[in-house]
Amino acid sequence: MDKKMTPLSKLFLLVIFFILYAPIFFLVIFSFNSGETMYDFKGFSLEWYRELFQDTRLLIIVLNTVVVALLSALISTIIGVLGALAIHQAKKRQTKNTLLSLNNILIVSPDVIIGASFLILFTMAGIKLGFYSVLLSHIAFSIPIVVLMVLPKLMEMSPTLIDAARDLGASRWNVLTKVIIPFIIPGIFAGFFMALTYSFDDFAVTFFVTGNGFSTLSVEIYSLARRGISLNINALSALLFLFTMLLVVIYYFITQRNKVNGMGVRKH
Amino acid sequence: MNKLVRFFLIIALASAVLLFTISSLNTSQGYSGGNTLTIYNWGDYIDEDLIKQFEKETGIKVIYETFDSNEAMLTKIQQGGTTYDIAVPSEYMIDKMRHENLLLPLDQTKLPNLKYIDKRFMDLSFDPGNKYSIPYFWGTVGIVYNKKMLNGKNLTSWNDLWDPELQNEILLLDGAREVMGMGLNSLGYSLNDTKQAHLIAAKEKLDTLTPNVKAIVGDEIKMLLANEEASVGLVWSGDASEIMSENEDLDYVVPKEGSNLWFDNMVIPKTAKHIEAAHKFINFMLDPKVAAQNTEYVGYSTPNKQALKYMPKEIVNDERFYPSPALTKKLEVYDNLGKKNLAYYNELFLQFKMHTK
Amino acid sequence: MWIQMENKLTKNLYLFPYLLWIALFVIAPILLVLYYSFFDIEGNLSLINYQKFFTPVYLKMTFSSFWYAFLITAISLLIAYPTAYLLTKTKHKQLWLLLIIVPSWINLLLKAYAFIGIFGTYGAANSFLNLMGIGSQQILFTDFSFIFVSVYIFIPFMILPIFNSLNELNPTLLDAANDLGASKWTTFRRVIFPLTIDGVKSGCQVVFIPALSLFMLTRLIAGNRVITLGTSIEQHFLVTQDWGMGSTIAVFLIIIMVVIMVVTNTRKRGV
Repeated sequence: MDKKMTPLSKLFLLVIFFILYAPIFFLVIFSFNSGETMYDFKGFSLEWYRELFQDTRLLIIVLNTVVVALLSALISTIIGVLGALAIHQAKKRQTKNTLLSLNNILIVSPDVIIGASFLILFTMAGIKLGFYSVLLSHIAFSIPIVVLMVLPKLMEMSPTLIDAARDLGASRWNVLTKVIIPFIIPGIFAGFFMALTYSFDDFAVTFFVTGNGFSTLSVEIYSLARRGISLNINALSALLFLFTMLLVVIYYFITQRNKVNGMGVRKH
Repeated sequence: MNKLVRFFLIIALASAVLLFTISSLNTSQGYSGGNTLTIYNWGDYIDEDLIKQFEKETGIKVIYETFDSNEAMLTKIQQGGTTYDIAVPSEYMIDKMRHENLLLPLDQTKLPNLKYIDKRFMDLSFDPGNKYSIPYFWGTVGIVYNKKMLNGKNLTSWNDLWDPELQNEILLLDGAREVMGMGLNSLGYSLNDTKQAHLIAAKEKLDTLTPNVKAIVGDEIKMLLANEEASVGLVWSGDASEIMSENEDLDYVVPKEGSNLWFDNMVIPKTAKHIEAAHKFINFMLDPKVAAQNTEYVGYSTPNKQALKYMPKEIVNDERFYPSPALTKKLEVYDNLGKKNLAYYNELFLQFKMHTK
Repeated sequence: MWIQMENKLTKNLYLFPYLLWIALFVIAPILLVLYYSFFDIEGNLSLINYQKFFTPVYLKMTFSSFWYAFLITAISLLIAYPTAYLLTKTKHKQLWLLLIIVPSWINLLLKAYAFIGIFGTYGAANSFLNLMGIGSQQILFTDFSFIFVSVYIFIPFMILPIFNSLNELNPTLLDAANDLGASKWTTFRRVIFPLTIDGVKSGCQVVFIPALSLFMLTRLIAGNRVITLGTSIEQHFLVTQDWGMGSTIAVFLIIIMVVIMVVTNTRKRGV
């Protein structure tokens, strides 16, 4: 950490990180429990991990979850950026507000309603429940958060910048790719990661729109909860957590070494 | 910009690789062939070894999906878009689905093992003649209590819960019929009572229970009771037997005023694609040895008379889970009260929950 | 602006995916919800649901949802702002930011179960209290645990937009303020905060509005001692199957949301 920080600040951050990770460490610790519950720790064992590796069904579910998250984040980021541009360009304040309100409705709607109405929608459209219905729903509820992440960046961009580019004869495509996008990249990445987060987190919507044997981790966990969560789910979370951490750190340091500005931060 | 495009390409590529892996895994596991059977059941409500055994005996690949409430299951089946071959709803839901034409009639000639089912559990009001449904498990609603935490006190009736000594000690299930039923039973009314005055009286009686109620929870209730987070809980019998095996201080009682008797039955929804295989599976589950093994795993009570012979004596003779005929007489099956009455139950239950604060 | 000069067709093509999304996944569901709200439980056209909403039960519920959502947002903001601020000061700030988000990728239900374990009578939190000599407290199923866990869930969503706007702050502005002799507090109040108000606003929006309709945690962590509009909607859709009443509550939630958006967006920044 930076030397400019006071010990108090460091302590504050330390406490925040501790709290954020406490439940996760709790889950990880109990994945090594030789007992059956998340209450008392009977002794160390790798039994749950062994069980986990023999479960192909669970592996398929994990892969399903990851694919849905990656694809939905990718597609919703693209559509969301276009949407943010659309809202930004609206000239009338009223159009802007209307678009923005429409955009935010899915963020505020309770998952149950989103799930139920999507279910009706898919039924009317004749879409079979399964991978595609889940993917479509995840894209749909991730778009508004991408817009919300990108829009403030667009607002910060001064119009003169674009005008200048236009005056210099840049085509519209060039303005978009050379001026606007580089400026809003941090927002785009934030949007992508938020979309990823929404997709991993979602349970209620998926629960409604899945079917025909397609399942994601959160739905699976929810149905397991009926008997109390089995600790192989803890083991699974521990592995996923470790894997994500590794990815995050590796990704970060690769981008650092390549001397591209990290996660696309603009340096002033 | 280039960086962004590269990043997106990497994500797309990773997704493609994952999709390929999934589809090859699915094929290798036999999930994507035509010879499958999709079962829609409650979470963890079957011994998975039995599924493997069935797959081995018949060569049919089973896809097992779960739901957490009758209503969630109904919604999925109502909306189409799914192809469940077997579902396991509770009795009032079977009545409802039957009336909404969501079930296929069963071909009993393909179910020779049906003869093992206890006659007491056949031909009940929710499905006369078992045209559409075959009993899977049954059970009661009652009280689990921790003898150690209550210093040896025994609970025997619903009214015992109102004891001021139980302050902040009771966990309730988050179910309108169950909790309202407790109020109704404690006043001597029927569980299927629809008289407004009776229901309001029950709700008011429940309101006086609030100082004793610690929380109203879902399936976590088992974990909470087993770990002595509270000493008394309103639970289903199967849950009770399960947590009693985890914590020896727990005991289960069906209150003497009477309680609920419920059934979960196997049905074939209208959207089924593999009707032949579905019959095979139902018949397989009716096999006494299979039923006995399943019962020992799940912990609820089996309607299979022959299966009882293959089970340990102490389970079969346990009156808490296989109640005596005298007590059984006091138990009531939930009727399908219709949407309007059910909504009223829920409205009152909601008011009770808001009162808990 | 630059778009004006382009012809209409390309412009429309460009907006097509987003507008299609709005039509299919926003407007269509709203219309559905609105449509259902006019039907009573037996499927007859009626306004009874709207009448019911204005009975004490639902008004009280609305009020308490607002209260909890307000508390959750306020506390999230109080914690998120300094966190985001300090994060921008760290060396590998993007890495630390990612590490803030990572916990939210672990399944919510699992974390809720972990919290049940931590906050339980024999859990880690109580062991700690015992060690401190305070003695065992009931933590689970209280307002405290509910708000704590909700803030825990929402905080990354608050930190991210604030971090982004803080990160964009021009350091020369701060130097200028410093040179002009502004105290740290004044700099914060007059320079930093106003310039990051957009981030704060979007953070508050993405926390407050979903907090109004929380449902799973009300049961798992608060033991149904907190009943929000979300809980009630869930019950109406999944248990009672009274889609009309559930939709009516949803209609009110949507109206509330629109009002909040309009109010927070009209006070435009004066920079």
